[in-house]
Amino acid sequence: MPIETNKNGKVNPVRELRSTENSFVKHLKEFFEEITLLTKFTFRFFKEVIKPPYEFNEFVKQSYLIGYKSFPLVAITGLIMGLVLTIQSRPTLAQFGAESWLPAMVAVSIVREIGPVITALIFAGKVGSGIGAELASMKVTEQIDAMEVSGINPFKYLVVTRIVSATVMLPVLVSAANAISLYGAYIGVNLEGDVSFRLFFAQVFDKLSFTDVFPGIIKTFFFGFAVALISCYKGYNSNKGTEGVGKAANSAVVFGSLFIFILDMIAVQVTSLFSR
Amino acid sequence: MKKTVAEIEHLNKSFGNNHVLKDMNLKLVEGENLVVLGKSGSGKSVLIKCLVGLIEPDEGKVNILGKNISELKIEELNLLRKKVGFLFQSAALYDSMTVRENLEFPLRDLKSKPKEEINELVEEALRNVGLEDVIDNMPSELSGGMRKRVGLARTLILKPEIILYDEPTTGLDPITSKEISNLILDIQKKYNTSSIIITHDMECARITANRMIILKNGTAINEGSFKELSELNDEWVHSFFK
Repeated sequence: MPIETNKNGKVNPVRELRSTENSFVKHLKEFFEEITLLTKFTFRFFKEVIKPPYEFNEFVKQSYLIGYKSFPLVAITGLIMGLVLTIQSRPTLAQFGAESWLPAMVAVSIVREIGPVITALIFAGKVGSGIGAELASMKVTEQIDAMEVSGINPFKYLVVTRIVSATVMLPVLVSAANAISLYGAYIGVNLEGDVSFRLFFAQVFDKLSFTDVFPGIIKTFFFGFAVALISCYKGYNSNKGTEGVGKAANSAVVFGSLFIFILDMIAVQVTSLFSR
Repeated sequence: MKKTVAEIEHLNKSFGNNHVLKDMNLKLVEGENLVVLGKSGSGKSVLIKCLVGLIEPDEGKVNILGKNISELKIEELNLLRKKVGFLFQSAALYDSMTVRENLEFPLRDLKSKPKEEINELVEEALRNVGLEDVIDNMPSELSGGMRKRVGLARTLILKPEIILYDEPTTGLDPITSKEISNLILDIQKKYNTSSIIITHDMECARITANRMIILKNGTAINEGSFKELSELNDEWVHSFFK
């Protein structure tokens, strides 16, 4: 909206303030509307997921696409993550004469925090944008309407299967990424040292406890659920033609990533409550 | 007297301040092809989407095969939808599936049927539209006309009693448009289906229509056969026939 000016070309401060206020109220209203719709969408998911018939074949297909097809990217990222973290941590630990703690420190960092979060962010970028764009383009080209008029529940077929697959597959990918990342750390340690495979992993497993591994994996179920839920919501409710496809893919990644950090913060608080 | 298979009474639908359908009334009788003619944005597509419950009307009643669709549960509506075929303007083929899978998709509830019988149904539907050769192709490998035909085959596979065509010839060259129009006519004769054809293509209307309705600003302003409407002394209606 153009800013109104008086005869001398100066901005009218009262009108400008009113315009800013109106725009703020409008955005606030849109924000709460969006939250309401997302909540309804989530409730609908829980209602549909327990109700038969179950789309088992589509679930398997989506698990293959979401899980197996994401594995190479997650594996490469995991390897680099472990390698880089080890190389970066070594000088600091060396200053304190604590280089022997390198495997344990890197392992705890990877398993508790870096592995799950980085993998989930990669997952949001690859899978979230894919789901958002795919569903939005199906909406734009009336494919979702076509399913509905064929008497098939498109929510169950498209949304429920994707959310369940993502929720199940992300923890599997994170477990794999953690393992590969630890192998990357082993390579990193051996770039400037000579530690055997057995000794490295003996040190790693000596320091890793159940309270490091378990919360790190459990939170990834929530990450996977959140990423897929937001991506499906953005794609399924897209309505602005081809422009909407790009927007759906973009906001799926942005909000999916944001939710990962919010959930991670909550998970850390919950974990620290139990570990006291 | 022929049975009424679809009926719309006092239908109103608005999107914000845009009043798209205003007190719309319509009747479709068994075995007839009803063409709904109107300019772009006159509410034609909204009208047929209201008929299958894709869009919920603000006011009015929609009866399909004797059932008021607003009173049906979603499961009952889905059963009714299987008796109503819908050909979308863009054909709306599922991009990630082959032609065969596209046609098998509406048959998912018939899991008890043997695979051979399902294959036969798919092949028969494709034979009806003259496209048996593309059964294993992806939709992206098909031309616009072929996509429309496959879309029509997918619509036919459940042997619907009513077929709704949303601008079936839009975006096609005159020859392919004529082929599609003749196909609509053949389907009506072969299966005795009742159809509503939304179009602004006069050649399609001439070939397919038993009866026509002209929509202007969300209201039906004229009704009659192609010949009757073409002879009307109304400048606006006449502009379609020029």
